[in-house]
Amino acid sequence: MTLVLEAVLLGILTGGVYALMASGLTLIFGVMRIINVGHGALVVLGAYLSFALVRSLNIDPLLSLVVTMPAMFALGALLQVVFIRPLKTDREALSVLVTYALALGIEGLLGYIFTSNYVQLKAWYETASFPIFGFRIAYVYVIGFGLCLAILAAMFWMLYRTSFGGAIRATMLNRTAAQLIGVNVDRVSALAFGVGVATAAAGGVVFGITNSFNPGSHYDLISRLLTIIVLGGLGSLRGAVVGALIMLITTDVTAVLISPVWASFAFFVILIAVLIVRPQGLYGIRVRDRA
Amino acid sequence: MRKPVSLIVAGLGLTLAACGGSSGGGGTPQSGTPITIGVSVSLTGDFSGDGKALVQGYDLWAQDINAKGGLLGHKVTMKYVDDASSTQQVVTNYQNLITQDKVALVFGPFSSLLTIPASTVVDRYGYAFPEPAGGGPQVFSRGLHSIFFVQPAAVEDNLVSFTKWLLSLPAGQRPATAAYATQNDPFTQPQVDKAKSLLEAGGITTASYKVYGTEPIDWTPLAQQVVNSNADVVILGTQEPDGVAFIKVFQQQHYNPKALVETTGPDQGKDFADKVGAANTEGVMVPAGWWSSAKAAGNDKFTSEFVAKYGGAAGDISADAAEAYSVGQVVDQASAKANSIDNAALISALHSGTYQTIQGPMAFDSTGKPNGSSFLVQWQNGLTVPVYPSSAAVAQPEFPKPNFAA
Repeated sequence: MTLVLEAVLLGILTGGVYALMASGLTLIFGVMRIINVGHGALVVLGAYLSFALVRSLNIDPLLSLVVTMPAMFALGALLQVVFIRPLKTDREALSVLVTYALALGIEGLLGYIFTSNYVQLKAWYETASFPIFGFRIAYVYVIGFGLCLAILAAMFWMLYRTSFGGAIRATMLNRTAAQLIGVNVDRVSALAFGVGVATAAAGGVVFGITNSFNPGSHYDLISRLLTIIVLGGLGSLRGAVVGALIMLITTDVTAVLISPVWASFAFFVILIAVLIVRPQGLYGIRVRDRA
Repeated sequence: MRKPVSLIVAGLGLTLAACGGSSGGGGTPQSGTPITIGVSVSLTGDFSGDGKALVQGYDLWAQDINAKGGLLGHKVTMKYVDDASSTQQVVTNYQNLITQDKVALVFGPFSSLLTIPASTVVDRYGYAFPEPAGGGPQVFSRGLHSIFFVQPAAVEDNLVSFTKWLLSLPAGQRPATAAYATQNDPFTQPQVDKAKSLLEAGGITTASYKVYGTEPIDWTPLAQQVVNSNADVVILGTQEPDGVAFIKVFQQQHYNPKALVETTGPDQGKDFADKVGAANTEGVMVPAGWWSSAKAAGNDKFTSEFVAKYGGAAGDISADAAEAYSVGQVVDQASAKANSIDNAALISALHSGTYQTIQGPMAFDSTGKPNGSSFLVQWQNGLTVPVYPSSAAVAQPEFPKPNFAA
């Protein structure tokens, strides 16, 4: 029983990290109706930027976010203007190709600069732990979860308490109607893409402390992030959070109770069951409701 | 929508033509002409680190062989194509190298995972397939006569040295329980399964045994189960990322087994020490077929040349590079023995005799399986040293392993 409780707790803590990474992806989909398959590569890029700063300045990895988040925000806005905005027709399909090309470009660049060897961000709290309920929890998971909560809270605040957030939500609901009421959809899209990529940087730093990574790590990441947002509902921030928690808790508990080999399968059983009942995902909006 | 009969016949003809090259074997180049050796390597994807190390080893061998006049007088050029660590792409690559590029010889890729599908297509064209990194049981169980695994021992025997050492401990010191966790990978799982059966036969009780996929979302619950078993000894079938992750969880949970061996990870030198922390490497073990300080034919020369060409220290040289270099050594000696670089002649030559490599002497049975054994390496005072068997050891095994840093 202790082992199950521990698996649930770990699932919640690591689920927070995945929620943060997935939130940027779902935000970008919601605003622009594009599937950014390069999001995993942007997470890995964020982790490498922190790695470079930690190595050269010998600072705490979390402190590196002061630099990497604004830098990634600017990069995201630039990528949107240069690569996504020109897509005028069949955006959803073309965006997959364009963002996949971006992912390959980022992977190649990182491989050239950092080589393909695995690296990991080091911090004093990565192996330190404290006892709770008869087992020990590492500080890194708690700190990472706290950071994720703070950033997700900031995103919710931005979406629901600022005029920019209102513009984003209007664009998410109906792009054409938003334009008609005066929302500069192009500007909102660029900024939202920037915000999404900035969250990738934040997710990347926690991912980089808890996992070894190399430039090719984005393939596994993006497949997980896409399944999370499909479960939660494409475009739903709340769905990304709930989807991530369900994924991590399910896989961790299955690994403990049955077998690690069945862990991912168990999650997909839940995913398929949800999609049969709610094809739009847990918090997704059906297309005919949106129109 | 019926397809014209002519198209179907043309398609059938092309298919038959593609199948028709089953016994070409590349032919025999004229004396003195340069030759190309083709290799599919993982320059991207999961095995990209290992793939790049293979390239270093192959390139260094090509440089050496050309410096002494070439392979039986043929200057050698290496041609590499990236398989992105994909089991589909590796097959396409060898198909293209043989049929389009018409390379004279092919050398193997990284991992059993890629070698198994690649060897089928290479065998179909009658090429010899000396390979550095595919030693899982399935490599040898498919009745292929053209494959040769150029390492001292088959993969499943890699942990035999560890089990022999453990069972050789005095009864009062011998551990009572062992925990096992392994990726379900053809490289790692056979090693762990064989170690488990040998230790159980030797009276060591299994406290936990877990198999997991190659890319789990979270390593922590897996490692936690090993911790909860509280076993005396831990045997892990890992690659580097999970090898590091397990040790970090052991530290977090203040769990200190008396002995810890991982199939891969601790052999990565400074790279491994940087990730787990130098103080936490002490006593960790790994099986090995090659070591920079080992006394084997040409090893000193290989080590010094490698450092001169690529930089770094001898201790940083990946075993992958040494294994790739050995492939070239074996082919060099086999071609001299057969007085030919024809693939059929090489296959025949490689099935008999013993070949001297930087990993030690090597011979192959009818399935291409080597008949030697690996040795056991342990981290001691920030360095990795062979500790068992005594014929290869330069230090005594440290037992029990010191605790991880708090």
